[in-house]
Amino acid sequence: MDFTLSKEHLLFREMIRKFAETEVKPLAEEVDEQERFPIETVKKMARYGLMGIKFPKEYGGQGGDALAYIMAVEELSKVCGTTGVILSAHTSLCCSPIYNFGTEEQKRKYLPKLLSGEHIGAFGLTEPGAGTDASGQQTKAVLDGDHYVLNGSKIFITNAGHADIFVIFAMTDKSLGTKGISAFIVERNFPGFSIGKHEKKMGIKGSSTCELIMENCIVPKENLLGKEGKGFSIAMATLDGGRVGIAAQALGLGEGAIEEAVKYVKERKQFGKRISQFQNTQFKLADMHTKMEAARLLVYNAALKMDSGERFSEEAAMAKLFAAEAAMEVTTQAVQLFGGYGYTREYPVERMMRDAKITEIYEGTSEVQRMVISSAMGVK
Amino acid sequence: MKIIVCMKQVPDTTEVRIDPVTNTLIRDGVPSIINPDDKAGLEAALTIKEQVGGTVTVVSMGPPQADVALREALAMGADEAYLITDRKFGGADTIATSYTISSAIKMLDYDLIIAGRQAIDGDTAQVGPQIAESLGLPQVSYVERIEKIEEDKITVRRQFEDRYQIVEVKLPCLITTLSELNEPRYMSVAGIFGAYREKEVKKVTFEEMKEYVSEERLGLKGSCTKVKQSFPKQAKGKGTVHEVSEDEAVEIIMAKLIEKNLI
Amino acid sequence: MENKYENIVVFIEQRDGEIQKVALEIIGKARELAEKLNCKVIGALIGYNIKAKAQDVIAYGADEVAVVDNKLLEHYATEPYTKAVVKVIETLKPDIALYGATAIGRDLAPRVSGRIPTGLTADCTKLEIEEGTNALLMTRPAFGGNLMATIISTGPRPQMATVRAGVMKAMKRDDSRKGEIIEIDAGLTDADMNVKILEVVKGENKSVDISEAKILVSGGRGIGKKENLSMLRELADELGGEVSVSRALADAGYAEKALQVGQTGKTVHPNLYVACGISGAIQHLAGMEDSDFIIAINKDNTAPIFDVADLGIVGDLTKIVPKLTEAIKKYKAENAVK
Repeated sequence: MDFTLSKEHLLFREMIRKFAETEVKPLAEEVDEQERFPIETVKKMARYGLMGIKFPKEYGGQGGDALAYIMAVEELSKVCGTTGVILSAHTSLCCSPIYNFGTEEQKRKYLPKLLSGEHIGAFGLTEPGAGTDASGQQTKAVLDGDHYVLNGSKIFITNAGHADIFVIFAMTDKSLGTKGISAFIVERNFPGFSIGKHEKKMGIKGSSTCELIMENCIVPKENLLGKEGKGFSIAMATLDGGRVGIAAQALGLGEGAIEEAVKYVKERKQFGKRISQFQNTQFKLADMHTKMEAARLLVYNAALKMDSGERFSEEAAMAKLFAAEAAMEVTTQAVQLFGGYGYTREYPVERMMRDAKITEIYEGTSEVQRMVISSAMGVK
Repeated sequence: MKIIVCMKQVPDTTEVRIDPVTNTLIRDGVPSIINPDDKAGLEAALTIKEQVGGTVTVVSMGPPQADVALREALAMGADEAYLITDRKFGGADTIATSYTISSAIKMLDYDLIIAGRQAIDGDTAQVGPQIAESLGLPQVSYVERIEKIEEDKITVRRQFEDRYQIVEVKLPCLITTLSELNEPRYMSVAGIFGAYREKEVKKVTFEEMKEYVSEERLGLKGSCTKVKQSFPKQAKGKGTVHEVSEDEAVEIIMAKLIEKNLI
Repeated sequence: MENKYENIVVFIEQRDGEIQKVALEIIGKARELAEKLNCKVIGALIGYNIKAKAQDVIAYGADEVAVVDNKLLEHYATEPYTKAVVKVIETLKPDIALYGATAIGRDLAPRVSGRIPTGLTADCTKLEIEEGTNALLMTRPAFGGNLMATIISTGPRPQMATVRAGVMKAMKRDDSRKGEIIEIDAGLTDADMNVKILEVVKGENKSVDISEAKILVSGGRGIGKKENLSMLRELADELGGEVSVSRALADAGYAEKALQVGQTGKTVHPNLYVACGISGAIQHLAGMEDSDFIIAINKDNTAPIFDVADLGIVGDLTKIVPKLTEAIKKYKAENAVK
């Protein structure tokens, strides 16, 4: 296994780091405080191709790969967890399923604008009664001539308030259970489609998390994504990719907290010494760094597997499980190293800690990841 | 419009520190970057290309590791890149450097040459004008704004300490740019992957140039200056604190300002 | 040994006929070097309708002045000036030629060095004559000021350097000094004017970037009212610098965030940092402790800013700052270049 980054990945990392430091970091505090979606950042990301990193140029992508995309989420999340998840949800949860499961016409129609960043993408699976158990879908889709009619609602939909294109799941045949779920490409302005309540959250506050409401929503028949009844497997395959994105977000948050902590402990003096001179600080940071480095290897490994075209559900689950829990622990320790200052909003570590919590929850809780991993081990 | 941009890869001097124990320069872990004034020159070239069409060729002299700086330029949108590199070119002062670079440029086609005003590691601001001299081109240095680009001339705003001039100059010519000229774009994702997979950095060694240059004007041998000695800046001593009357305080401050030539 | 290259030529930078201070500073330094070398200091005064200023150059220490006076030299342009200087050098064959490290000197000198061709050392802060060899030792900062290097010229004569403004000391004006004025015809023609100067705009203020500023007067919570920022502004203007602030003032809306120094603001490294009413929280110090010279004025003698200050004044800044501004004004008036 070769973990040395290629020259293009090293150059890419230089670019994305500079972009994150210059364009994203200065807004992070404000975006969090004001619970504001950083639309201007998304536009800048679009200009440099960040909204279509891993897709081929023929569909308007940049010809990069999954590893580069994952590194982008990581570096953005180092300075702003909100920006990291915007990119992750757009890429993994909307562009990817259209690219992987869409017809040639669907790809030609939707991908160029999504990949150029002119359109923002979102994914609607979760419902009030269907979270971890996605099979409990209540949203219904009924074929009526040349279109489907969708009724129901989705909750906790990332990017919803600013998204143009949604990949939505609905029951086409309730009697078949998960085999009765189908996926649809829904445009924001389709009749009967609307955005509902905006959630107030603990962290990633700038990310737009809303309810989606479909009341006799008319979706043209040609917007069925994949075949009828294939929705559940599309959702699960999509979430594998999404998990690597969230793992990268967690990775960035943990690494970002370490960077802040290292800077701080070298400056902060107590008992006449810089606190970096205390062994407690040194050992704690060594453990934090080691943990995130292990997370990085798992996350990059999952990204490489994703690029290889092989199945990567288990790698994705392990990467997300480990990175999310490591991020939660590391950001909490970072706050501890900052002491009272860490608890204030003067320093970004408290925000990172709040942001990290969600990585243990969305796109499959840590418990779900453990289910995926143990099941892949044959432990049933 | 065929534009050549002269670029240097430099250590990010804002990251260079002095080791307080050995009193030497810590160069480890200092990132290498495209010199900021040069990057502004590249951005200006790319903007001109967007406005009037043409090509942007970047030229750099340096060790093989400078390849990455040229890839970065390609990833930002430059069309071609040349790395002038050879042991024979090493140890050059500005006269030998400008001779080497201008000799390489003579092998290329151009309407406009853009160089950064100065590199942050050497801060000499000499290579640009010396290249212009070598090529017999008019020059405008310290360009802080490009006012107008036409088929056969360019109009720029040239900075001085207390004024600026609007200067029109016929092409071909050489201008040197200030970093405040613009905000250079980032590399694009497609540009980065294309810089390695679709484009190349062409190496220009002594072999390629030998018919055009005299060897005794290259590198250390061709240099007209030599570093006799280098040493880190003196660490400053502990300061003094005075609790005195206001007038005395003003006197103390004035004496220091005069001593330090700050007024 | 007979050396046909002798004497020191100093390029006398002038704008609109006003001799620039840096030229007089270099004349002052050249005078010292000339004593060691037992040679003459010759000013090269280049411009239009400029001859009358030659006596000023002598009064400040030159032995002779070479004048190139031509309509084409009215505004600075590279080629006519280069041709004029090269002609002066060819005529006088100096051992040393010095220029101010200014936006003009740093354009002109490299062009001259390329034409001769000979070596050139930029931005010198120290010039000495080496014992024994009589070589010019040129010392200059490099690596963003982290390193100093002493350079010698190994090429053809003259040994050339540009010299930073404000480093060398000009001599006191002495109108009793006498010297020869040599007029040189550089043979300029209209064809030498290879650029067209469409417009000259003076005194244009550029937008403020405190991280680039050479002099900063910085205010903190101790300034009290917002109105007191104006006294910092006045001091900064007198010093030729900019105003910056601590986080406390930026947060209080006294100044825009772009002017904030510190960990969450900008990192600055000016030649002079005057901290007024800044206590010196670690977050602030991280942004400014690399300044070359730090003056701190604060009421509280235990303020941590005094730990990093080169010169600390315990006192009321609202009284000291205006007095200081006045003192500088007075000093400048007394020492103005006539």
